[in-house]
Amino acid sequence: MNGKQVVVETIDLIKRYPMGRQELTALKGVNLKFYRGEFSGVVGPSGSGKTTLLNIIGTLDTPSAGSVRVLNERVESLSPRRAADLRSRFIGFIFQTFNLLPVYTVYENVEFPLLLLKLPGKERRKKVLAALEWVGLIDRANSKPSQLSGGECQRVAIARAVVKEPELILADEPTANLDAENSHHILSTMVKLNQELGTTFIFSTHDEKVIKFLLRRIKLVDGAVVADEEVKG
Amino acid sequence: MSAVKLALHNLRGAGIRTWLNGFALSLAFVAIIFSQGLLEGVNRQAERALIDFEFGGGQFWCEGFDPYNPLTFDNAHRVLPETIAHLVESGQAVAILVVPGTVFVRGKMVPVLLKGISTSQAVLKIPTAVLVDSSGHIPVLLGARMAKKLNVGVDDYLTLHWHDKEGTFNAREARVAGIMQTSVGTIDQGQVWLPLKQLANLAGLEGQATVVVLKPGIKPPPAVEAWKFHTTEFLLSDLRQMIKTKTVGQSIMFIVLFLLALLAIFDTQVFSIFRRRREIGTLIALGMTRGAVIAMFTFEGAMYGVLAAFLGAIYGTPLFLYLSAYGLAMPGGNQWGFALEERMYPAWTAGLIFGTIVLVLIAATFVSYLPTRRILKLKPTDALRGKWV
Repeated sequence: MNGKQVVVETIDLIKRYPMGRQELTALKGVNLKFYRGEFSGVVGPSGSGKTTLLNIIGTLDTPSAGSVRVLNERVESLSPRRAADLRSRFIGFIFQTFNLLPVYTVYENVEFPLLLLKLPGKERRKKVLAALEWVGLIDRANSKPSQLSGGECQRVAIARAVVKEPELILADEPTANLDAENSHHILSTMVKLNQELGTTFIFSTHDEKVIKFLLRRIKLVDGAVVADEEVKG
Repeated sequence: MSAVKLALHNLRGAGIRTWLNGFALSLAFVAIIFSQGLLEGVNRQAERALIDFEFGGGQFWCEGFDPYNPLTFDNAHRVLPETIAHLVESGQAVAILVVPGTVFVRGKMVPVLLKGISTSQAVLKIPTAVLVDSSGHIPVLLGARMAKKLNVGVDDYLTLHWHDKEGTFNAREARVAGIMQTSVGTIDQGQVWLPLKQLANLAGLEGQATVVVLKPGIKPPPAVEAWKFHTTEFLLSDLRQMIKTKTVGQSIMFIVLFLLALLAIFDTQVFSIFRRRREIGTLIALGMTRGAVIAMFTFEGAMYGVLAAFLGAIYGTPLFLYLSAYGLAMPGGNQWGFALEERMYPAWTAGLIFGTIVLVLIAATFVSYLPTRRILKLKPTDALRGKWV
């Protein structure tokens, strides 16, 4: 990996949560580097700290100790406004439960991140149509999320994540609510995006179907990295 | 921009709930504007009636006269000074002589105030022309309430009793020459109107009067000895005070309505924020700041106020136009304690309508904002998982 640009770096990352009178340590001194264009994933059983790690990388949460650098910004010292700015410009999220805005159409859901970036209408339209083309949902542009299948919803979520061409996409269990066929379709789409746009992907998963696609697998158990292996594509 | 757009989308997406909330708030809008318009109408009509029938453009009271103290009536009469007499002669004022007395009719003895007034006056709307009588009987004019109380009609006879200036007890038969319909109770109940000259003659008070009413628009002469001028504003102050007390009751009603409508918005907001916590998490993850999310929810709530104004205008405008044109029947209007017509014509001003709309919009925005403060405490990671703080 030497010579590649570091997009994310965690240094002795610790995250603790209050649990009644006690504290639960979700991450125990995690040291990791993610490089530009990687198609990597944090794998491990439920409760191993995968989502917590992704949330901190995504600036949705802060470390209890240690440090996290995302695109040269220290997450622990980011103001809420700067964190929101970082997310809106450089980070795309894909959630297990899709998290589409229910009253928006497919087109409007995909357009939403561009509205936050205050892009002009013409440019927004061009980018939205391109993103929908990418995920093969151009013909469902006017549908509401409630009219789509689970696979289609997740493809909309992918389009929403990639439409602003972010540096980094964080995908938290993206196939957990999908059947095998849809999962395969979704993952193929992501691989294509990674290869053609050079977008960095970090997954959090314990799904074997996803793990097979990953080019770097970081195994997390009880909040600690127990393995970090690259796979030949 | 996106917060506004999203807010509008959410309102549209909420469908019937949005309309129901808007409708509930619009009821408060219309009720507030209606009750305020009604009070304004009552106020205006009552003031108009009092000016037309009793107060005119202000009154001179002779020294010692206090309309609230019957003990002053016996000696409350003075010869008109030249300046006032000139106004009366030229028709710019009307003199009224007040003499305490009683009426005996159908076996009933009723204390009254005998009031003498010029039969040719045009200052007040009292139909004094009916007091012109050549039959030899004393003609009297009664208000409808007084006639009802005495159980008499036009051309019925009654006996008037009074003390003349020497204190001698006198009595004469009088004929009811007319019965007037008026909303002004103070010229009706307990009052018997008769020609000024006749009353002055009966009481031995020729050339004297108790009260002189100026025609509206006539400037009162400067200080006149033994006569004190009271402006229309002063004379109306009792009525205004009374209306103010009635307004308190009305205000309580509309405050309750208003609070209920605001509670509906507050409740909707609390429920909406709770139900959409995952959406809130998503918006924050997509790059919206908490402030923008709060602005979005607040805007959504404020839009209920706009929707309510729109809905209220749809059914309120024809309703108000109809009421302005045809009035509103006021059963038992005489019991209000002040001049009230049997039909009230509410009066709405642009200021009242605009002020109410602004008030409701501000209040709706404020109650929409209150629940959104919880978003500040909501962790996006919890929100994304549907957890609540």
